[in-house]
Amino acid sequence: MTSSIQEILNKYPNAGHDSLIPILQQVQEHMGYLSEESVVEVGKYLNMPTSKIFGVATFYNQFRFNAPGKFHVQVCRGTACHVLGSATVLNEIEKNLKIKAGQTTKDKMFSLEVVACIGACGLAPVISINGEFHAKVTSETIKTIFDSYRNREVVS
Amino acid sequence: MNLTIEVNNNKLSAQKGDTILDVLSRNGMGVPTLCHMKGLFPTGSCRMCVVEVEGRKNLVTACSEPVNDGMKIMTHSSRVIESRKTIVELLLSNHPDDCLYCERNGNCELQKLSEDLNIRERRISGQKNNYRLDVSSASIVRDPAKCILCGRCVRVCDEIEGVSAIEFVGRGSKTFIDTSFNHGLNLSSCVNCGQCIMVCPTGALKEKSHIAETKDNLSDPNKTVIIQYAPSISVTLAEEFGFKPGQNIIGIMNAALRRIGFDYVFDTSFSADLTIMEEASELVHRVKNGGKLPMVTSCCPGWVKFAEEFHQDMIDNLSTCKSPQQMMGAIIKSYFAQSEGIDPEKIYSVSVMPCTAKKFEQQREEMTQNGISDVDAVLTTRELARLIRLHGIDIHKLEPEIADSTLGTRSSAGKIFGASGGVMEAAVRTAHYLITGKEMVKFQVRGVRGLEGRKEAKVQIGELEVGVAVVSGLKNASMLMDEIRNGRDDIHFIEVMACPGGCINGGGQPIGADEEAIKARMTTLYDIDEKDAIKVSHKNPYIVELYDKFLGKPLGHKSHELLHTHYQKREVK
Ligand code: SF4
Ligand code: FES
Repeated sequence: MTSSIQEILNKYPNAGHDSLIPILQQVQEHMGYLSEESVVEVGKYLNMPTSKIFGVATFYNQFRFNAPGKFHVQVCRGTACHVLGSATVLNEIEKNLKIKAGQTTKDKMFSLEVVACIGACGLAPVISINGEFHAKVTSETIKTIFDSYRNREVVS
Repeated sequence: MNLTIEVNNNKLSAQKGDTILDVLSRNGMGVPTLCHMKGLFPTGSCRMCVVEVEGRKNLVTACSEPVNDGMKIMTHSSRVIESRKTIVELLLSNHPDDCLYCERNGNCELQKLSEDLNIRERRISGQKNNYRLDVSSASIVRDPAKCILCGRCVRVCDEIEGVSAIEFVGRGSKTFIDTSFNHGLNLSSCVNCGQCIMVCPTGALKEKSHIAETKDNLSDPNKTVIIQYAPSISVTLAEEFGFKPGQNIIGIMNAALRRIGFDYVFDTSFSADLTIMEEASELVHRVKNGGKLPMVTSCCPGWVKFAEEFHQDMIDNLSTCKSPQQMMGAIIKSYFAQSEGIDPEKIYSVSVMPCTAKKFEQQREEMTQNGISDVDAVLTTRELARLIRLHGIDIHKLEPEIADSTLGTRSSAGKIFGASGGVMEAAVRTAHYLITGKEMVKFQVRGVRGLEGRKEAKVQIGELEVGVAVVSGLKNASMLMDEIRNGRDDIHFIEVMACPGGCINGGGQPIGADEEAIKARMTTLYDIDEKDAIKVSHKNPYIVELYDKFLGKPLGHKSHELLHTHYQKREVK
């Protein structure tokens, strides 16, 4: 893992602080999240305290600090979804999975992310699990949806 | 270039490059500020300092706006006051409102702003956040719920200390201040200096209190409770009781400590003398035997942890001497306990320090003897004031007393430890004697005195020209260490203090002191030195006796066991 972060860093010789965001993006693309070790390493490379990097990274919604679960859940909080109750949907999902947005369940099965409009407003409120869209989600359907993924896990 | 500006219809002269705030402060015309920090670049983020400038549509921030010739400014128009008021009301809207229970009750900038702006009702109610207390650190407690995001702690930690343990995390209304990966201060790079507490306007940052355990032991009849106080305490404690800065109330403090019930009252300046005996000997030893140079002082626990984290290649440059607090602790539970026939396990050893990092130092595993810790509790100057009040003692009515002689008598070299440069000067005085066998003709080493962040001097000791450097504020320390790494070799001895100006401005001192106050504290220390008969540690008769009766000689076997230590490399996350 470390060496691959090194590979990313090698692409930025003499990098200054302005390279931070692109580096973090690449690290996340590569690992699926920003691990603590990777942040420490980027900090050493850019000569920047980890607290500063953490501060910058938490400013943007796109960065995650937990390894994604087997099923990565994205809840759309765009305008259309919001109007049709995505706040409640998010709430219910958080309750169902017993995690908050940005976290991963203990068994590493689900991770939860809030995203801005995913371009499926007609299906609002919509969530996407590993790229599969679930339309017009309600409190009632949430349990069924997530149980179906849990069962998939058992079968496979 | 001289400019003239008009403030509330008064003509004031100004210099090019001044900010509006500079001119106002020089003329005793206040506007409230929150994010502003003297000496640091203005961020203009809190907008408390807004004023009206003729010809400008929007209000401007006085702290960051440079003056122009002929500028017309209104600092207290209704529009300005309304807008300041709204800012404070918004800050209050999600504040916990538990002033009665708050450490900073009566000494809180938010309280003061709301009083000054005559805020009498809650117009805006916001959602309270539920951030958790961070009690992970041995020294500092953080309460993000009370934080108003002025950013001063973040800046001091970064720009003065070069530590950057804390940062703004998150965005918008969810922003708060935290360590990386929300780990808590304990696991962060925090060196416990407490400078963040000193700049915090509210109760969001405070020391971890040791008052309760001290009280418990004071009321335990089986415990001998001993107190020591650092050199600077006697010149800062007075401010907590309304005296003007720089008053030395050592005698009254001794009396107060006895009223509280401490069985013995000792002066850490005594063990500062002891530190000098060991440290000057170590310096001479290194110089004579080709040891690692420059030697760097180790009495500041903030600096020690900082070096363990960020200057690992220089760890061998650190003096192996424990700090005066720890030396005193070790001597109390060995020499003193033996000579008084007290079981060291029955001694509860408390120290009063200008410092929060001393709380961390006290619990370091290296600071023990046979499983007994050298020092058991550390109170800041502020906590001592609280303890005195808790006991209903009116210090204005006390007659001065002297400390207990054995470990309470000092030279003035031990006393000046409290100011940046003091350790250096004290060590030079004794090193001179050790090398040449003679005292210095003039004891003052003027070049290392003063509040500047970096001071250097050359001192002639016999044949030897010794280069010395003194830095305070850890960012300054890092810059000096870089110069050494890059090959500077004209410096033999370096003193580092984490807090700007040294312990007189430590993170445990009374809050709200300005530069004048700190100067006054320093002046008092050097006045004491001026007037004292014994100006060198090696002439302190009780130090001489301690070596005769117990320790043998500096750097001897006993000293190594009790007074010296080692350091550990620490991974920074
Ligand atoms: S105690 Fe010092 S090092 Fe720690 S967070 Fe506060 S300012 Fe930074
Ligand atoms: S003090 Fe001027 S904006 Fe904060």
